[in-house]
Amino acid sequence: MSTMAENFVTRPLSGWGRFPVEDCNVYRPESRRQLAAILESGAQPSFISYGLGRSYGDAPLNRQGGVVCHTRLNRFLAFDAQAGVLECEAGVSLAEILQYFLPRGFFLPVTPGTKFVTVGGAIAADVHGKNHHQDGTFGNFVLDFKLLTPAGEVLSCSPHSHPDIFWATLGGMGLTGVILSARIKLRPVESAWVLVDYQKATSLEDALGRMTESDIRYQYSVAWIDCLATGRHMGRAVLMRGNHAPAKELPASIRNPLAEPPHRRWTLPCDFPSLALNSLTVRAFNSFYYSMHRNVARQLVDLEKFFYPLDAIHHWNRLYGRRGFVQYQVALPQEGGFEGLKEVLTRLARSRRASFLAVLKRFGSSNSGLLSFPIQGYTLALDLPVARGFIPLLHELDRVVLSYGGRIYLAKDAVMTAQSFAAMYPKLEQFRALKSRLDPRGLLSSSQARRLAIV
Amino acid sequence: MLILGATSAIASALAREFAAHKFDLVLGGRDPEELSALASDLSLRYGVRTGVLSFDALDTQTHASALRSFLSGTGNTLEGAVVCVGYLGDQAKGQSDWEEARRILETNFTGCVSALDILANHFEPRGAGFICAISSVAGDRGRQSNYLYGAAKAGLSAYLQGLRNRLFHAHVKVITVKPGFVDTHMTYGRPGLLLVASPESVAKGIFRAIVKGKDVVYLPWFWRFIMLVVESIPEAIFKRLHT
Repeated sequence: MSTMAENFVTRPLSGWGRFPVEDCNVYRPESRRQLAAILESGAQPSFISYGLGRSYGDAPLNRQGGVVCHTRLNRFLAFDAQAGVLECEAGVSLAEILQYFLPRGFFLPVTPGTKFVTVGGAIAADVHGKNHHQDGTFGNFVLDFKLLTPAGEVLSCSPHSHPDIFWATLGGMGLTGVILSARIKLRPVESAWVLVDYQKATSLEDALGRMTESDIRYQYSVAWIDCLATGRHMGRAVLMRGNHAPAKELPASIRNPLAEPPHRRWTLPCDFPSLALNSLTVRAFNSFYYSMHRNVARQLVDLEKFFYPLDAIHHWNRLYGRRGFVQYQVALPQEGGFEGLKEVLTRLARSRRASFLAVLKRFGSSNSGLLSFPIQGYTLALDLPVARGFIPLLHELDRVVLSYGGRIYLAKDAVMTAQSFAAMYPKLEQFRALKSRLDPRGLLSSSQARRLAIV
Repeated sequence: MLILGATSAIASALAREFAAHKFDLVLGGRDPEELSALASDLSLRYGVRTGVLSFDALDTQTHASALRSFLSGTGNTLEGAVVCVGYLGDQAKGQSDWEEARRILETNFTGCVSALDILANHFEPRGAGFICAISSVAGDRGRQSNYLYGAAKAGLSAYLQGLRNRLFHAHVKVITVKPGFVDTHMTYGRPGLLLVASPESVAKGIFRAIVKGKDVVYLPWFWRFIMLVVESIPEAIFKRLHT
């Protein structure tokens, strides 16, 4: 059965933003033996792991090289209900963890805005969620993981065992080795519900002020921003902040506190025409969205709706048309962050590039991950459709971000220059040194890693 | 429930399907690491009990001892068994390399028959249970691209027909599954395949066929009609085709 392990499919591949699209040779092992055989085969100049394709840009791509898809290696290996520690293979999705462990009273310790990411991807991008100001990144809840190194060894890495490799792999975008499995500490919860306070902020300053003042009272905090509003309304926002609802606070009509209510799912059947989203339609949508919200306190919202509103629409990335989009996510330090955000928003509004979703969050302190994204301060994420002239605009924004001491998120990036990247990530040299020690032959590489001269 | 060849993509999907319906499972196969990963996964997802059994279809000498000691331990509690062993192999290599040809024939035919005989002798006196084996549409007509595999699967299908006939009066169901193209490493990367089904959908079909006690089932269903057409082509024409 092992002789077929080296089969691959050459096909155009992209991340969630559908930009760029590159021809890659895609492998899909069904056992660890096959996975190891593929890496040892020497059939490709290099390989990179691919999970569910939810990073946006070229991080999971390897032009003319090998891409190893992990979706068939998705087994739960062990669960300690007392400690809430789950061990699973890297191809397990967060959706699967929720499906099987929420009914037992456990939630993800940190979750990004989609549950369709793998555990391996969550570690490789050291993802964050709406609770970074309280809990930090996904990596903070990874007790250890097993890493198949480019030399073919399997290492168990944790903050105590091979700590250098552990901190390089958190946020290391799959370049230090192939994550086989991990042990994650889940969060005990009493219900599948969140008590959310919605508050409108009339400007960016107002939004940041409220967040700084009272985020401490909320486990989860996020603000939707109208980034097309200008003048004194610039950065007007709807704050959505909440805490897990204790079982005793649920109405009697909810019989099983840990069961999620059924959700309607939609599928975007085809690409929207590129013209559908222009500054007029988006401005109208944003105004509508802003005026639709009221200041309400302690609204009971289910986890799915609070954390994954977009997961309800399959293929929502088709909204931006065939050419795709880039999600631009920046982190700015506390010091000067407000001015930085203001300048980014001003330049965007001036460029008249439509952005549906602009999301603002606060970051707590960073961890020791060499390429981990979060730094204490603020983070802003917005979608920019691919259009003529958008790369120069992003490079211009990169320089602004850099001038305020900020940085760009590798899981979203598709266009940054190597020069900007090196300036944003001061531990890059440390990472490179470890990478060349672990992987002298360059077995693991991606299109992004080459563009940013990480390898 | 016993599954032999449990680590293949179809078998793993089938194991999940049975476990989702609360069947306890024993998984037989060669690779202990894969078996134990699958076993823990099934227990954690579905709360069923699982066990593993070392089983190598090619090593027929060990079948009697391995399977019999397991079967005798189950008493009358085993609901049935599914044999998912399969090896497509390399047809071109097999044409000049007897070792490869033998590996294809023995994995898909003699290795399966050896295990199926033991299973039949376990269920027959009990007068209940089911035996299911995964054959293939490739066994319905020999084609130049995979006739070693096809011949072994044809043999397996004929064996299962006879076994069904034998066990009918003992009230033991024998189910022959003939999958078309399924999205597993057997087909992955082969160009020009159409109508490829997911292992999960095929697993659901196998589960339904077992529950309903079907005799022969093509999966997905339309392969029955594809094979009717393929079989109806006169040999004088078929031999000229590039199949």
